[in-house]
Amino acid sequence: MDRQLEREQALRVVLAEDSVLLRDGIVALLTRFGHKVVAAVGDADALVDAVAEHAPDIVVTDVRMPPGFQDEGLHAAVRLRAERPALPVLVLSQYVQRTYAAELLDSGDGTGVGYLLKDRVGQVEEFVDALCEVAAGGTVVDPEVVRQLLRRRRDPLARLTPREREVLGLVAQGRSNGAIARELVVTEAAVGKHIGSILAKLDLPPADDVHRRVLAVLAYLRS
Amino acid sequence: MRTVWQALARPHFLCSVWPWRAVLYLGSGAVAGVLVLVVMVAGVVGGSVLAVVLVGIPLLVLTALAGIPVAVAERYRMRLVDREPVPGPHRMPDEPGLRGWLTTRLREQATWRELAYTLLFALVLWPLDALAVVLGVGVPLALLGTPALMGDGEVKVLKVWTVTSWPSAVGVALLGLVLLGPGLYALGVVAGVRVESARLLLAAGERDLGRRVVELARSRGRLVDAFEAERRRIERDLHDGAQQRLVALTVTLGLARLDAPPGPLADQLAKAHDEAGRALAELRELIHGIHPQVLVDYGLEAAVADAADRSAVPVDLELELPGRLPPAVEATAYFVVCEALANVDRHSGAARARVRGGHRDGRLVLEVRDDGCGGADAGRGSGLTGLGDRLSVLDGRLSVSSPVGGPTVLRVDIPCGAWADGSGSGEGEKGSGRRGD
Repeated sequence: MDRQLEREQALRVVLAEDSVLLRDGIVALLTRFGHKVVAAVGDADALVDAVAEHAPDIVVTDVRMPPGFQDEGLHAAVRLRAERPALPVLVLSQYVQRTYAAELLDSGDGTGVGYLLKDRVGQVEEFVDALCEVAAGGTVVDPEVVRQLLRRRRDPLARLTPREREVLGLVAQGRSNGAIARELVVTEAAVGKHIGSILAKLDLPPADDVHRRVLAVLAYLRS
Repeated sequence: MRTVWQALARPHFLCSVWPWRAVLYLGSGAVAGVLVLVVMVAGVVGGSVLAVVLVGIPLLVLTALAGIPVAVAERYRMRLVDREPVPGPHRMPDEPGLRGWLTTRLREQATWRELAYTLLFALVLWPLDALAVVLGVGVPLALLGTPALMGDGEVKVLKVWTVTSWPSAVGVALLGLVLLGPGLYALGVVAGVRVESARLLLAAGERDLGRRVVELARSRGRLVDAFEAERRRIERDLHDGAQQRLVALTVTLGLARLDAPPGPLADQLAKAHDEAGRALAELRELIHGIHPQVLVDYGLEAAVADAADRSAVPVDLELELPGRLPPAVEATAYFVVCEALANVDRHSGAARARVRGGHRDGRLVLEVRDDGCGGADAGRGSGLTGLGDRLSVLDGRLSVSSPVGGPTVLRVDIPCGAWADGSGSGEGEKGSGRRGD
């Protein structure tokens, strides 16, 4: 645990979550990992105000918030990113939906964006890793969204081997070649080969940069 | 046996209770008619006299409404000779209280039909009832009773005809006995005709039934709306309550795991953490099934795309809508598609399904087709029956074509009137755009 404390710099976080219980839980969690929650608010308007006031390193927001209990949090996040394209935003949702993910990824240039199922907060270490990833300009998309996208089985995807589909899923989640190699227990070179083959089969431009690759794959899957 | 007519057609009519029910009906009618006449005359005369000092006017109004209680009593009395219950023609007052009741009743055609019956009853019908009883049973019984009255050697039969000898007394009694049979039959017929004519004025007519149908359709629409609102409320309660608590619990357990030294305690914590995570995943699916948030936020197109994504059988989707639909239409169409896709997965053995749809001439048209084995039966208590009911509330139609060997094609067609604004759908506008609402 101290490993994380050392590895990551302390982030200044603005948190928007309407459930007091969960808000306190997330504050405790982030504090435990050495980050600082500069403002914890309960609705979308307060979120916009808090961002203006504190200029945080990252915003964490729930999708559904008062007063309408629809997708106020998501719209606030999109609005914030329109005003401050460099502001990293991590959106939590009770239920992932590629429609919401699309709206979020289309805001700004798609970097510094995260969209996670709220359940992932409970996987505390992974959640904090994702938070840091987004704060560093990465793209984090919930595996559930990727699974939804992959399940659409469009024809070019059918040309992929099962192993390549597996790799594609991990690429879309923003994993690096090294992380994918560890997950699948293969060499990094093998992963590189798979990725090259996938990009070729899907007519995507070859890219070494992880984020650009993620974005290309997501754009492809969503189209 | 339900009615006097059915009784009349049977061979043992005279030995049954039905003739006496007819006598009771007509006899009580004669008595009741006199009472009604007295009350009506008193009401009209008293009301007219007192109208000069204004108190008479409410009395006149009350007299005009006298048809209502009379009709209640008459419908009750009818059951003596006709056991079919007679539905009352009145509707529920529009608003509670005496004022609402009065305005509703005074505007109803049924009230005036009942008043007409009451006047007819007081002036014409009761004398006829009385006459029928006298001729049908009174005369034969009087003749039959002649021998019993021969004590002092002479009887004046029916006050006109003097009998002095025992043989002629017995002869008169026999005549009475012979006349009693036809008399009772005639009474049965009179009672039957009398009930039919009363029913014409007192029972709910075609127009009232038509109105009832409209009322029923409206109340059914309201029920569906209430049902939909209730689903949303349950979804929201689960979302705001149990789901948030469970997430908070997994956070607490996750943090506890970080601090626990390796050992049995850490293992137990890990187990609890995983269980809580699974409970959360199950709860998420449950909530989604109750009312998917994407339907509220993005409308039918996105929600159907989501359902297609989640389907185990690959689905080709061709659905284009120009905007948002009324919430009731969206919800119904969405659940029909979900049920259809679930059936494709469960029963059809299909390798592929296709959902097509669009908006044509003010109607939402959806088609779910699969390449499976067919042979589906929409009437066999499947979830589609309930959805068919919901569709019919919206004047929608559901048709299923599923020959053995496939393909199964399910079509839905819902009129949706004007398009709702794209800005989404709050709780307040549920059911907007419904016809007949």
